[in-house]
Amino acid sequence: MSYSPAAQQFLKGARDGLPFHIVIWPFAAIFGAIATQAGLNVVEVMGFSILVIAGSAQLAALQLMTENAPTVIVIATALAVNLRMGMYSASITPHLGKASVLTRAFAAYMLYDQPYALSTIKYEKEPDLSLSEKLGYFFGAAIPIAIAWYALTLAGALLGEKIPTDMGMDFAVPITFLAVVAPMLKTLAHVASALTSVVLVLLLGFMPYGTGLLVAAAAALIVGSQVELWMEKRKDTAA
Amino acid sequence: MIEASTTQVWIIILAMAAGTFLIRFAFLGFVGDRPLPGWALRLLRYTPVAVLPAVVAPMLLGAKAETDPLRLFCAAVTIIIGVWTRNVLWAILTGLGLFFGLGAVLG
Repeated sequence: MSYSPAAQQFLKGARDGLPFHIVIWPFAAIFGAIATQAGLNVVEVMGFSILVIAGSAQLAALQLMTENAPTVIVIATALAVNLRMGMYSASITPHLGKASVLTRAFAAYMLYDQPYALSTIKYEKEPDLSLSEKLGYFFGAAIPIAIAWYALTLAGALLGEKIPTDMGMDFAVPITFLAVVAPMLKTLAHVASALTSVVLVLLLGFMPYGTGLLVAAAAALIVGSQVELWMEKRKDTAA
Repeated sequence: MIEASTTQVWIIILAMAAGTFLIRFAFLGFVGDRPLPGWALRLLRYTPVAVLPAVVAPMLLGAKAETDPLRLFCAAVTIIIGVWTRNVLWAILTGLGLFFGLGAVLG
């Protein structure tokens, strides 16, 4: 049986997304469990996971809600946590921008960290992929993770107190992100950008609601591209 | 316990859903296939390495983080394996395997 090129890329995306399931499953179940324990009903918990579909923002919102923070603060903080995805949107637009507006809307709904990271790696490695192949890969990475996110949130919400929520799974999230970033550190410009990001975000830790992250990330973008320009110039003068 | 009313909970869910979607749709939806200038593309190439470390660093090294030596060691090993093998799966498996393995051994 032979698949179309787009379907083949969908399968590749799904396969490359497999490692993330190790982290997504327990993370979703823990979100469902602690949200239920905090007093939300199953429909509300699923509303978060299906409509918002952004793990760290959901956890941040839940944390603030249990502290009885004002509604506006809960919303503002959760959205600040998600602002980084605006950068993802800009960065993936040159690849997926030619798709129909409905397809782009569906891709935007699923533009969370994992499919974004996998797709940018893929598009950089294979720049000649067609639009439908690029879309196939993106959705192949995104859709199974989304389904797992819904299903395990539901399982966590239904099992509630039977799920241990303090087994160190909070460490799985930073590990995943490190595992995604490390293979990208292939030039001096990438390393400089990552270091700028780490140093600045720690220095700006006093800024409210995670806004330091945005300043650090913006500065890191500029450092990365400036180092790239500088390296190119040096190569040109040497040659 | 959450004391917010059902209405407040749904306001939060719907506002987060709409806001998150608009953030993700911002460029993809409204720029679409209009070409971006070269300097913008050059900046955007660094998005993942600029954003993700800023997400992770406070979790591991921030003022509120649990910075125990085991976590820092496992994080360092994850980075080394990731740079060395260029493989996300190996890096995750090694990092988490070490963390839970050593955690069980060391108690």
